Parts: sequence; C-alpha cells; structure tokens
Amino acid sequence: MSRIKAVFEQLKQQQRKALIPFITAGDPNPQQTVPMMHALVQGGANMIELGVPFSDPMADGPTIQRASERALKHKIGLRDVLSMVAEFRKTNTNTPVVLMGYGNPVEAMGWAQFAQRCAEVGVDGVLTVDFPPEESSEAFEHLAQYNIDPIFLLAPTSAPERVDAVVAAARGFIYYVSLRGVTGAANLDLADVADKVAAIRGKTLLPVGVGFGVRDAATAKAVASIADAVVVGSRMVQEVENSNEQNVAANLAKLTQELRAAIDSN
Amino acid sequence: MGKYDFPDAQGHFGQFGGIYMAETLIPAVDELRRQYLHFRDDPDFKAEFAYELKHYVGRPSPVYHAKRLSEHFGGAQIYLKREDLNHTGAHKINNAIGQALLAKRMGKKRVIAETGAGMHGVATATVAARFGMECVVYMGAEDVQRQAPNVFRMKLLGATVVPVESGSKTLKDACNEAIRDWVTNCESTFYIFGTAAGPHPYPMMVRDFQCVIGNEAKVQMPEMIGRQPDVIIACVGGGSNAIGMFYPYIEEENVQLIGVEAGGHGLATGQHAAPLTANAKVGVLHGNKVYLMQDENGQIIETHSISAGLDYPGVGPEHCLLKDIHRAQYVAINDDEAIDGFDALCRFEGIIPALESSHALAHAIKIAPTMGKDKAILVNLSGRGDKDMNTVARIKGITL
Repeated sequence: MSRIKAVFEQLKQQQRKALIPFITAGDPNPQQTVPMMHALVQGGANMIELGVPFSDPMADGPTIQRASERALKHKIGLRDVLSMVAEFRKTNTNTPVVLMGYGNPVEAMGWAQFAQRCAEVGVDGVLTVDFPPEESSEAFEHLAQYNIDPIFLLAPTSAPERVDAVVAAARGFIYYVSLRGVTGAANLDLADVADKVAAIRGKTLLPVGVGFGVRDAATAKAVASIADAVVVGSRMVQEVENSNEQNVAANLAKLTQELRAAIDSN
Repeated sequence: MGKYDFPDAQGHFGQFGGIYMAETLIPAVDELRRQYLHFRDDPDFKAEFAYELKHYVGRPSPVYHAKRLSEHFGGAQIYLKREDLNHTGAHKINNAIGQALLAKRMGKKRVIAETGAGMHGVATATVAARFGMECVVYMGAEDVQRQAPNVFRMKLLGATVVPVESGSKTLKDACNEAIRDWVTNCESTFYIFGTAAGPHPYPMMVRDFQCVIGNEAKVQMPEMIGRQPDVIIACVGGGSNAIGMFYPYIEEENVQLIGVEAGGHGLATGQHAAPLTANAKVGVLHGNKVYLMQDENGQIIETHSISAGLDYPGVGPEHCLLKDIHRAQYVAINDDEAIDGFDALCRFEGIIPALESSHALAHAIKIAPTMGKDKAILVNLSGRGDKDMNTVARIKGITL
C-alpha cells in the first residue's frame, strides 16, 4: 500500500484529519530543508508537500514566489530536491512526501528519469500545477510504472464534467483549491467550500484535501471539519520568512503543533 | 507539402501548444475557446471586426517599395508592409480590437494585458477606451523604465499600468502577473493576450486576428509587382506579427518565410532572446509547450534584447512547428545589426522603424545583396520607432 493511502486509512480509523504543511525546498537555504521536514513531522504533520522552486511560479502569490526566489539563489534544482527527500527518508520511512511545483523542471529532466528517481528516493505523489490531466498522459505512464500518485487540483470554477475528468485521473488525494486566486490570497468562504467538497466526495472515494487560504489555527480547524486534509502553504512559508537559521525548524514545529491541536479539537 | 491544418481541437501544433494551465484557469480558457469558436464565424462579429480595422485602425496598411534602400544595398527589391501606419503605431491593434470585440460579446467589463515594449499595452488601453472598459496593464519594471513614453500613453488612455518587480522585470514577468490577476478575477475580466502564444485558443485566435496582414499583402503584392514576393521577413518575439504575415502564405510554397529573432549580444554570449535559432529545448511556460530558453534545471533564463518587444524566452507554438517542418526558417539579428537596420531605414526612406521591426529590416539588407535585382523581399514593418527614441539615444550616447 502507498504511504499516502496508509496515512489516510490510519487517520480515518482514528477519526482524525490530515495536516499537510508546505515548504519550498531550499528556502531559506538547502541545509535547512531536511531538518525542517523532520520538524514538521514532530509538530504533527501527516504528510509533507515539498515545493520544487521554479523561476516563474504563475499560480503562486508573492509569499511562495519569494520562497522560490530565495531557493533559486542557492541554485536549487529538481535533482537537489530529490536528494533532500532521499536524506529525509534515511530517518523517516512512513511520512508521505508530495512534490509540488511546475511542469517545466520535470520536462527538462524527462518524466521517465524523474519517476524512477522519485521511486528511488521515496517520493509518494507529484503535483505539477500547470499540467492538467489532458496534457499529462506521458507523465501518468511513467508515474504509474513506479506507483507514484499524480495529485490534481480542483477549483471553485471547475464545472461538474471537469470534476469527473480530474477525479478519474487523480490518485492519492484530491487537492481542492478553496478560493479563486493565487496561493495565500484572501479569506475563504467555508460554506461554499463545504458544498464543493461534498460534491467532489460524491464522485470519488479519494480523500479530499483543502488548501489555498488556510492562514491560521481557526481556519485550519474549520476546514478540517469539512475536508479529509488541511493543506497549509503560504502561512508556513511566512513563518520561514520570519525566522532565522537558528530558530526556523523550532518555529515550524511550534506552528505545526498549533495547527494540529486546532484540527484535533474538532 | 500536404494540407496544413493546425492546431488540433486541443490546441496542439504537432507536439507544441496545448493548454498547460493551473486548474483554476482551465474553466476560463475553456469558456474563451467556446466563445471564440462561436463568434469567429458569426457574420456580425466579422463585419464589426472588418469595420473597426478599416475605420478605426486605418486598414488596409499599404505596401511600400523601399527603392532607395534597395538601391543602396543592391540586389533584391525590398518592400515594406506598413503596419507602422496603423492607429497606435503597430500591428498589435489588429489583435487587441479582435479580442476586445470578443470581450464585449462575453460581457466582460474589465480587460487586462501584459506588455513588453508597451505597444500591446497601448493597443489594449486604446481599445479599452474605445469600448468603455476598465483596463489594467502589467509591465516589467525594467520595461517601464526603457519605454517611458508608452507608459505615459497608456495612462493618458485611462489605463492603470502596474510595474512588475519580480524575476527579470520584463515581459515574461508581466505575463506571470497578468495570469495571476486573471486567476483571481476570471469571471469579470478578459485577458487580452498580446502574442500568438499562451494556452489554446490564444495562439490560434491571435494568429487569426493578425492574418489580416498576410491576407492584404497577398492581394497587394500582385498589384504592385504582378506576383508574390520571393522572400517574406518578419521579426519574432512571441511571433504575432510574423504569424499574421506567414500564415496566409504557408501553402504558397514558392515564398520563402524567414522569422528573425533577437540575437542580443550574440548567440555565443548566451545573452539573447532567440530560442528557435539557438536550438533551445522544448519546455512549458505560460500555458503552452514551445522551444524555451532554460537552464539544465528547467528554470527559465533571463533573456536580452535591445528591443523590449522581442525580449521573451519562449516563442509561439506555431513558429516551433513551422521550424520543425522546415516551412519557415529562423535566424537571429544582434542588437548592433538591428541598430544598423534602424539607421538605414531612417536615412534612406524617411521612416523610423520600431527596434523590433529593425531586426527584420537588418536581415533583409543582409540578404538582399546576395539576390538578383529581379527578386522581391517583403518585410513586415510591424511598428514605428517613436517609442524607442530614448533607447536609441542612449545607445548612441546622446542625452535627450
């Protein structure tokens, strides 16, 4: 069984919801990434979304864009990110890691080599935000060969037939984007999110995670009451931005604990 | 060559093009495609587009025989398709009018655009004023500096110009920011994309609106010289003026098509904006798969060109296909050669060309002497050079 599936099944038995924090690999510097990943797990993360830095992150707001820019100053590429996952796996074999980013770095490496490396280092899922299912058939083949889950986004604007197409292609879990706009944008409308998540659940047995706009413990708690997983991106990256190299891991662990406690208080 | 019929229903030009967008924008792109496919064959839409092109833009733009220029360099006769004489001074208005008419029919009250040299921004601001729409133009902070007169023009026309400080602060970053705006506001907003690139249907739609250039030339050249030209030359950044000129000629196999990219400081320096000529790898940016300037990690690299309108790391998907099937040839002209082309047209013909178009001119004066006097070269003079006064003065060491 894949790590992603195992985590969701275990949480379901415990009647708990998944907490999935996002950080950008190489931000603030490459040496910190693996300790930060461990800190997230210590704080109560069930899965980690690791951002692959990209020069042109069109779907991201300024916070995550700055994280990409900081990482790129250290020339962090996809190969480095994969090595970081390998390092993380030396001491953690059960927390799923999903790589999140844009398609071009993968295209540059080649999907075949990328999928093989993902399997070697222990990546569990891949979300390339600018590769919708229609353009991903080559990617699917290679990822499927190594049992890597392709993760896809659904949005408030996705029409019902579009939801059908996306859930048919997706594995692992569905990532519902809770608001119109880029990452880290304005406040989300919980009632609307609840309706949309229910509609998606009617079409798939895959767990549904909600992200984009979860900015504090209160929103995390509210989102956890309607979704299977809470994805926290910009808020985590903001914490990285506001920390220094000495306290960044501890600060991330603390923030994760707060979010964890809020989610579990439902 | 067999029947040329691209793109396919999903927007693919062979392996290029497609729809590489975040899910949040897929519905907006789908809706745009449906509406465009509906209206492009609608008689009212076509009639209104034709009316605007004639009475507002001032079409047809003439073809001009550059006799003194041709005589000076010897060899082939050089003809100019005068897109610089269009209202707003460049070919960009053809597409901006087309998309604004579509926006109007789709009930969108707000339009956004990205711009490099500022010509597409000015064209968009112009049509927004013409049709009473709110207009926001994203422009790289570096381009805001080097194209100050166009920034002022956009503001006069009532547009808000947003300088983009991220990344290389040029056209690609302006695109990123416009896409972010569109993600957030796609229900109220129409994104008037300036070049024949981006997610389907933009490359097809922009081409279709710009095809008026080639369609007119195809009638005008036989009127002037009794036949079609031997060679057609156009500059290529994203490639909208070039595809508008080339497309109607694709099945005219005796007409050689040459796209001229920005060679910047020279291909060997790496500081250029010539993905086709430099054999860049295939990649994905701004919604489509194209030849793309990138490093070994797939990060987009910063480009350089004297001309802001050509300063872009990618190129439209149809040009990628035309290169691969050898229907068009792509070459690069360096900054200093472009300046020579600029000077030549000023001095010999009394026409101040845009620095973008100067790249096409420079290639024409390079190859004309190698051809017979009975040969004809048609250059798409895509825009006028008023906007480039500051840049040219700076290069010549003159303070205005």
